Amino acid sequence: MKKNNLGILGLFLAIFIFTALQNDSFLGAGNMQNLIKWSSLYAIIGLAVAFVVITGGIDLSIGSVIGLVASVLALMMGKGINPAACLVVVVVLSAGIGLLHGLLITKVKLQPFVVTLCGLLFYRGLARYLTDNQSMGFQGHDALDNFFSGKMPIGSNFFLPAPFFFLVLVAVLATVFLNRTVWGRYLFALGNNENAARYSGINTDHLKILAYVVCSTLTGLAGVLFAFELNSVQPASTGEFYELYAIAAAVLGGCSLRGGTGSVLGLIIAAAVIRLLYNSINMLGISTHLEYAIIGAVILAGVIADELVKRYAVKRRAAKALAEEAARR
Amino acid sequence: MTHLAQAAPPPLLEARLLSKQFPGVRALRGVSLTLQRGEVLAVIGENGAGKSTLMKILAGVQLPDAGEILVDGRPVRIAGVRAAQQLGVALIHQELNLADNLDIGANLFLGREPRRCGFIDRSRINTEARTHLQRVGLDLPPDTIVGTLSIGRQQLVEIAKALSSQARVLIMDEPSSSLSQHETEILFRVVRDLRTQGISVIYISHRLGEVTALADRVVVLRDGEIAGELVREEIQHDAMVRLMVGRDLSQFYQRQPRPHGELVLEVDHLRTPAHPRRDISFQVRAGEIVGVAGLVGAGRTELLQTLFGVTPAVGGGMRVRGQSLRPRSPQAAIAAGMALVPEDRKQHGLILAMSVRENASLPSLRRDHRHGFLNRIAEQTVARNTVEKLGVKTPGLEQTVLLLSGGNQQKIVLGKWLALKPHLLLLDEPTRGIDIGAKREIYRLMDQLAADGVAVLFVSSEMEEVLGMSDRVLVMHEGRLAGELTREQLSEEAVMHLATGTIASHN
Repeated sequence: MKKNNLGILGLFLAIFIFTALQNDSFLGAGNMQNLIKWSSLYAIIGLAVAFVVITGGIDLSIGSVIGLVASVLALMMGKGINPAACLVVVVVLSAGIGLLHGLLITKVKLQPFVVTLCGLLFYRGLARYLTDNQSMGFQGHDALDNFFSGKMPIGSNFFLPAPFFFLVLVAVLATVFLNRTVWGRYLFALGNNENAARYSGINTDHLKILAYVVCSTLTGLAGVLFAFELNSVQPASTGEFYELYAIAAAVLGGCSLRGGTGSVLGLIIAAAVIRLLYNSINMLGISTHLEYAIIGAVILAGVIADELVKRYAVKRRAAKALAEEAARR
Repeated sequence: MTHLAQAAPPPLLEARLLSKQFPGVRALRGVSLTLQRGEVLAVIGENGAGKSTLMKILAGVQLPDAGEILVDGRPVRIAGVRAAQQLGVALIHQELNLADNLDIGANLFLGREPRRCGFIDRSRINTEARTHLQRVGLDLPPDTIVGTLSIGRQQLVEIAKALSSQARVLIMDEPSSSLSQHETEILFRVVRDLRTQGISVIYISHRLGEVTALADRVVVLRDGEIAGELVREEIQHDAMVRLMVGRDLSQFYQRQPRPHGELVLEVDHLRTPAHPRRDISFQVRAGEIVGVAGLVGAGRTELLQTLFGVTPAVGGGMRVRGQSLRPRSPQAAIAAGMALVPEDRKQHGLILAMSVRENASLPSLRRDHRHGFLNRIAEQTVARNTVEKLGVKTPGLEQTVLLLSGGNQQKIVLGKWLALKPHLLLLDEPTRGIDIGAKREIYRLMDQLAADGVAVLFVSSEMEEVLGMSDRVLVMHEGRLAGELTREQLSEEAVMHLATGTIASHN
């Protein structure tokens, strides 16, 4: 796990240093703040999807849940409903979506891909219908706006954006959950071999449902953050494609889509790599039409490198085991 | 032993000093063997002795690390099943490799269909298929769908398929493991017929009775080496067992029957989803070791899975230590004091990518946690105890179990339950694919657990193990209990009669 993180960290540093050398304004406070802010937002949805990816599942509905949450929040607050009540509704809504996914996957035994693909379509449509597809903003809620998208001064002219603190909180909780609790251990066991986990007395259905609830709830939180960050909600497009960035960050950060592996730190760095690529393409004056092509190519290269390193490591460990055995004889 | 062969023309197939090593196991060590034309050679040995590795090498599924193979006296390299076929060597798998949805003709010529103008030449397939079917004594139209045939007939089709590709050596891996008595007799007749036609057969079996009836020569493998060879009159049950086990049975199986305690498991007209029309009733007492014998597919694994809540019962009931129970999940069964060592340890027993520590502690985490947080110390202790108690050979607790040998893996699958102190231990083929040392360790542990008052119910296809370890044997046939044998009534013949359904049930 540690080695994986070194690779992705190396990739991040290489792009970072290269861009910094090419363009002086890259290291400017404004650009750095922006990079931190967007990397944090991506990392939160990456962590969200990591929970289901570890179980061997997937969530394609993340972007639409973000759109729905942002729309419902804007709609309710626009009607003058108490902001705290609005937040509660949004959290319950997103957790409920996760519960629904989990139940469909474990009890009706549908495939995660199918369930969340239908979710992707359904929640987007719902958001557009509820809002009559009108753009909405958040006027007159400075306190909330400050809480979710404010800045905290560090030194004289550098600010840390609010999403960064949310990411730190989520990352610490996720690390503790995955590495220090029984359920974290169960989750990895389930992702590696669901049958063996079940035969060991683990309630695999409950765990999977939990994973989808955590995923959608974190997505709901991200939806709130995105809404206040953008300060305007387009029901038809807010959050579109975000599920793919989330999955890309998870995969690049060391989660296998076959399940059973994942590293919080690796994933955060991977999310930063994706945002950094956007920023670098801009800073280096590369045609923005190439944006997607470059990001796709870098992720692919990263995953290939990771796979090769893993294969090499397995071979080396097997050879070592053989040698040790020969020595014992 | 071999000077007789030296003067004659070279043997049809010869293996010289074959070796093969896998991570954690040395599967074969300098194994040599010859096969004459028209000879039936039986290869026997306990699970994990190296039989299947040897056969896979001869059939081109795997390459040896060292050693050479000669066909007709010429050295060959068998790099692939196709290469083996061209040399006339065909492997007939334990699990048949036929396409159920296609007819016999299509199966016989799969991948090498005779063509006319680019189209499949159906009439040629039919005529040729008929001749090959006749050689194995099957009088069936070639357009019969394979899936509609019994397992025994499918096996004959598989043999016909090998013959149709000009096979001179048939390697048959446990061919009778899922056949009825009658089907087995037909198979024997076919094998004897083939022998007179000059076809050579390598016959792998657990059933020593069959080997005595069929083989011209027996080669015994033990721990990856040739333990000995028996010819004609020497082929006798006790001689084979002695070579397989390497010592007298009485020393190998360390079962010391003791007086039994109170009832631990009472199964009352239980019906499993696999055989919903059959119901099963029996009892197991504390300190008792009960074996479950039967053919492959008799419903033994399904019975254990239903008892353990993996596939909940569809009818009937059970009581564990007097408490009525219908487990709908393994959790419920574990809570009632049960533990299961499943048949397939890689699929159901272990998280291969995880460490010895993580695997050994997995079932006891639910007891050892502190408000949901892992208790590292308890976890270490459980894992260390498992490793020490069972003598698991591992460089450390953090070793990935994937890299351990089968025997050491199996010890972990069993050991992980001991920390929970189960009252009822269910074992499904507990010694499949493991070496003799690990086997002995598992037998020793079964005996010790029984001495400590655990009720042990174990399924096994290995006759010696059933005979050696059981205080009592339940024999299953087609989903029902065909009979029950006490230690005094126990013999290979008695078990086989019940298992193949030749004796009517009197239950």
